[in-house]
Amino acid sequence: MKARVYVTLKNGVLDPQGKAIHHALEGLGFSGVEDVRAGKLIELELADTIADAEIEAMCRKLLANTVIENFRVERVAA
Amino acid sequence: MKSAVIVFPGSNCDRDLAVALRETTGETPAMVWHRETELPEGIGLIGVPGGFSYGDYLRAGAMAARSPIMRAVVEAAGRGVAVLGVCNGFQILTETGLLPGALMRNAGLNFVCRDVALTVGTSQTAFTSRYEAGEAITVPVAHHDGNYNADEDVLDRLEGEGRVAFRYAGPVNGSARDIAGIVNESGNVLGMMPHPERKIEGAHGGADGRRLFEGLVAAIA
Repeated sequence: MKARVYVTLKNGVLDPQGKAIHHALEGLGFSGVEDVRAGKLIELELADTIADAEIEAMCRKLLANTVIENFRVERVAA
Repeated sequence: MKSAVIVFPGSNCDRDLAVALRETTGETPAMVWHRETELPEGIGLIGVPGGFSYGDYLRAGAMAARSPIMRAVVEAAGRGVAVLGVCNGFQILTETGLLPGALMRNAGLNFVCRDVALTVGTSQTAFTSRYEAGEAITVPVAHHDGNYNADEDVLDRLEGEGRVAFRYAGPVNGSARDIAGIVNESGNVLGMMPHPERKIEGAHGGADGRRLFEGLVAAIA
């Protein structure tokens, strides 16, 4: 089984990378982009026995820094 | 005074920190590899050096904070042993939870490498006892992720409890409230982005960092 962990900056936390990407998109002539936030996608290949609570513990202990980041877990059937 | 410097794969200020400690404590510090699980006996100070431990994978300091030796460092900090984290060391200390907040990518996205003017926030810590509160000093920075961030309550608490050790005198990296260095609640753990070990003698272009080590030695010995 696979799980995808999406790690994103919390609302209100300044995202300088997102700002730079936004700026570059505008520089390329794409108009109408109102905001850009950059995050991370982490894919985990997991044994079927792993419980949701354990994946959440992985996120809290390592994959996300909950001071500044949120995370969302998506289980994917193989 | 006996001290130790933790060495991670990717540390690059460990030797500078060791020289600063040797010069100011009179003893050569023990260099402790990240895979160790115990610190040498009887040390009064642990240095967590700058660099790019584990290539800054995941987040700066994230992997190093979970390395075996850091369990011993956290435990020693709990017993009151002084811990000094510089640059990547500050990032590692926030990732272990010894210090609050997080260090994010610099607001201007640039790697900043230059001397910066700092204002000493308090002289009431072992780390800053040889400075005057409000004193202006010059210490270099060299980092990409020094943008200190914490929620407003935490920032208010840090300021209210006199735990902001150093502030940038001008804009450097977007840090909340210009915070350059903070101490923990009990005052025995300091994390700072600027490099005091790079300003300990005239040949460095100044010795403003030296008093940090001298103050520590006086407080601990």
